[in-house]
Amino acid sequence: MKQRTVLDGPEIHRALTRIAHEVLEANKGPEGLVLLGIPTRGVPLAARLAEAIARIEPSADASALAGALDITMHRDDLRSGRLRSAEPTRIPGGTIDGRTVVLVDDVLFSGRSVRAALDAVSAIGRPEAVRLAVLVDRGHRRLPIRADHVGKNIPSALDERVGVLVQEIDGADAVTITGPDPDGAADGSAQGESR
Amino acid sequence: MKHLLSTADLSRTEAIDLLDTAEEMSLVSTQEVKKLPVLRGLTVVNLFFEDSTRTRISFEAAAKRLSADVITFSAKGSSVSKGESLQDTAQTLSAMGADGVVIRHSGSGAPHRLATSGWIDAPVVNAGDGTHEHPTQALLDAFTLRRVLAGLPASGPADGARGLGLDGAVVGIVGDILHSRVARSNVHLLTTLGARVVLIAPPTLLPIGADSWDCDIAYDLDEAIAEHSFDALMMLRVQQERMQQAFFPTAREYARRWGLTDLRVRALPSHCAIMHPGPMNRGFEIGAAAADSPRAVVLDQVANGVSVRMSVLYRLLTGQSAATGGREGQS
Amino acid sequence: MNSTLIRAARMPDGTRADIAIVDGVFADPADAASPSTVVDADGLLALPGLVDMHTHLREPGREDAETILTGSRAAAAGGYTAVHAMANTSPVADTAGVVEQVHRLGRAAGFTQVVPVGAVTVGLAGSTLAELGAMADSEARVRMFSDDGHCVWDPLVMRRALEYVKAFDGIIAQHAQEPRLTEGAQMNEGAVSAQLGLPGWPAVAEESIIARDVLLAEHVGSRLHVCHVSTAGSVELIRWAKARGIRVTAEVTPHHLLLTDEEVRSYDPVFKVNPPLRTDEDVRALRAALADGTIDVVGTDHAPHPAEHKCVEWTAAAMGMVGMETALPVVAHAMADHDFSAADLARVMSARPAQIAGLAHHGSLEIGTGANLVLVDPDAAHTVDPDAHATMGRNNPFRGRTLGTRIVDTFLFGRRVYASGALGTPLEFAEAGPWND
Repeated sequence: MKQRTVLDGPEIHRALTRIAHEVLEANKGPEGLVLLGIPTRGVPLAARLAEAIARIEPSADASALAGALDITMHRDDLRSGRLRSAEPTRIPGGTIDGRTVVLVDDVLFSGRSVRAALDAVSAIGRPEAVRLAVLVDRGHRRLPIRADHVGKNIPSALDERVGVLVQEIDGADAVTITGPDPDGAADGSAQGESR
Repeated sequence: MKHLLSTADLSRTEAIDLLDTAEEMSLVSTQEVKKLPVLRGLTVVNLFFEDSTRTRISFEAAAKRLSADVITFSAKGSSVSKGESLQDTAQTLSAMGADGVVIRHSGSGAPHRLATSGWIDAPVVNAGDGTHEHPTQALLDAFTLRRVLAGLPASGPADGARGLGLDGAVVGIVGDILHSRVARSNVHLLTTLGARVVLIAPPTLLPIGADSWDCDIAYDLDEAIAEHSFDALMMLRVQQERMQQAFFPTAREYARRWGLTDLRVRALPSHCAIMHPGPMNRGFEIGAAAADSPRAVVLDQVANGVSVRMSVLYRLLTGQSAATGGREGQS
Repeated sequence: MNSTLIRAARMPDGTRADIAIVDGVFADPADAASPSTVVDADGLLALPGLVDMHTHLREPGREDAETILTGSRAAAAGGYTAVHAMANTSPVADTAGVVEQVHRLGRAAGFTQVVPVGAVTVGLAGSTLAELGAMADSEARVRMFSDDGHCVWDPLVMRRALEYVKAFDGIIAQHAQEPRLTEGAQMNEGAVSAQLGLPGWPAVAEESIIARDVLLAEHVGSRLHVCHVSTAGSVELIRWAKARGIRVTAEVTPHHLLLTDEEVRSYDPVFKVNPPLRTDEDVRALRAALADGTIDVVGTDHAPHPAEHKCVEWTAAAMGMVGMETALPVVAHAMADHDFSAADLARVMSARPAQIAGLAHHGSLEIGTGANLVLVDPDAAHTVDPDAHATMGRNNPFRGRTLGTRIVDTFLFGRRVYASGALGTPLEFAEAGPWND
């Protein structure tokens, strides 16, 4: 089993800082922004993105920007998949109506999670716009979905696994690619969109 | 977890998970769209062999908020009254394609029988069976109690209860324990979640064999109030007909000895919540001051019932295939 | 001369012997020098034909549950050469006419001797004595009377019944169940019923009636038989009564010797029975009492029900279990820890019941008595399959259990009505010389 690191901690930090600039530029400032992380690892990434935005725009309050959006109840594989527990949804400011929602996730792969997130968004309100920021885009889309902000494009093979580790959950920051496992055994680490 | 028949079958982890999911479900009522698509295309059948408008409506609302189709089958006016057996009814529903069955029955064990007889291969939710159990009532009680213990609003959206049990709480359950499915389900569930349960009842309304339960038993309500610092007191509904069966002499004497009178409310710790599964017999097992007290969470219990039942239906009707591993999200 | 020689059977006392049958009675093997039939019983245990004091054959009235013919076949398959048919039929066996009908149908079936039990009270209603004398004088010659299924609750009626049957050496078999204490009862009252939320059938409801009845029997000097004793407390009462010289005999069912109320946790109505399955402590007391003779006999309380009365929720299900075809293996299995010999089995399942019921041609292997005999293989492990049984009832609670004793042959007055594990040809009444002695 071959594993290589494609992004290390400082690189992740730089990528998030760049995305923060892009988000601010696209939104012409921090007004009306709400960053919703998709659990599990999208949530700390959204918080960091909010901190990066607050560093650039001192008027912005990081804790008032970042929240979490649970997509469990909108997934398309609930019946066939394993049992899933819902994670909390937190909307800073209480509403998304009329605001610009930036969905934040770790890995963009098939696009199914983002589709579920769009449904979840429309169930809780009517935002002005929805944008998508991901740390890694590994390709292989199954749905007509693209990201507005990408930390790094990482071409990968279907049988490779892209793992994102974040300090808040995994104790370290890294993005890794693991080659096909000859034994087929799964390790416990994060695997892109499988949650 | 294939069925929900008894709270005795729930582990602490499973119980907390159900309550946590119910917390998420309680947010749905605040959303612009008060519905989740999780059970879209699935059919939930409510089999009510015994009248219970409140429970039936609560389950109907829960299933509909999860976008399921709901068929309600009440025994009255149905083939059951014409001698059709539970077996025939179950097999008919199975042939019609029921994906989940909610059953209320006057006979203890009927949901268990439905789940294990092979008549139907769908998850079965016990919505109250005879004098056995009423698991979703206990879950909504635990949900409400967990909120109260955490100092949160007893119902509605609130953050902060997730992951918690009921550790250290002392809960009194007062009244007709013998005939109460609510009491049985609560003894198991509240104890599993770390609470200490005290059953308080006339000796005639305690089952022989209750001394083997993992709880305390008292006959005198005033002594129990003096002895325990109750976090909640759950008053059970007592059917007045019981006095004809010599369980107690008169309604008046029952109310005097085991009713939650105004005087007793004042003797309770100020934080003690007052619970009742409803419908209340005012002036009998519960006085007006108790029923209308700000500490009464009776209506919160009703509100939480929908969230808890959504959680249960979600648990039982999704994610049952064990074959899939960790990668399905990447497909 | 019709003769059979059974070679090299193991006798209840452990010896090996040949058994000869001539014209329906046991004979000296020396008198059967050229037998028409020879049966090799090497390795098989010979017991006197089993006698069941407690069977429900359902006919007349519930022929969808069992008939006298199917019940008789089940008896033969279970090693029973005489069964007492309880009176709770429809119409109730409370007149000479009904008991004679049952008697005749039993003879017509020819697989076992069907002995009708008469009702104590008209319609089992507990208020008016049935014509006990007429039933005793009838062709059926009824000696045992019981309202089984119902308790003779009224103490005065019970007293009169006990007294009245002394005139023809009758016996009252009481179903001990205090009705008020068991209203709506579904299972044994105790820790399990508390948890399952099923209305309890308390031990005291049985014990209080037994206590009253043994005192009544003492007072009027009559014989009392207690049906299906199920509790440790009942055992103590009977032990006390016997020590006092009261003429009381007692019966236990195979299921109460093996199963407990823990089975009810499945809510499977096959375990619903009256009196209910009790606790482990009760089971142990019943076994000890059967071993020491406090309990005299095993009666099956064979109670077939059509499937639709059992394939329902617990509370709607009928009470009762079938058991004639599994009784002997179950008793042998349950009593394994009590050093229970073949002679003990013969005592509790044949000799004592025959003696209590007054059946002269049953209960022994003595020369000159009716050739009622069962050959069993004591070491033939098999799995109980009620679907293969001769009874119409499929409500056998031992389904799927492995038992070690198997019935091989049953001889009814010399006729091999069950042969090598399969039903044989029935006995024509005309052949049965000693049947009516």
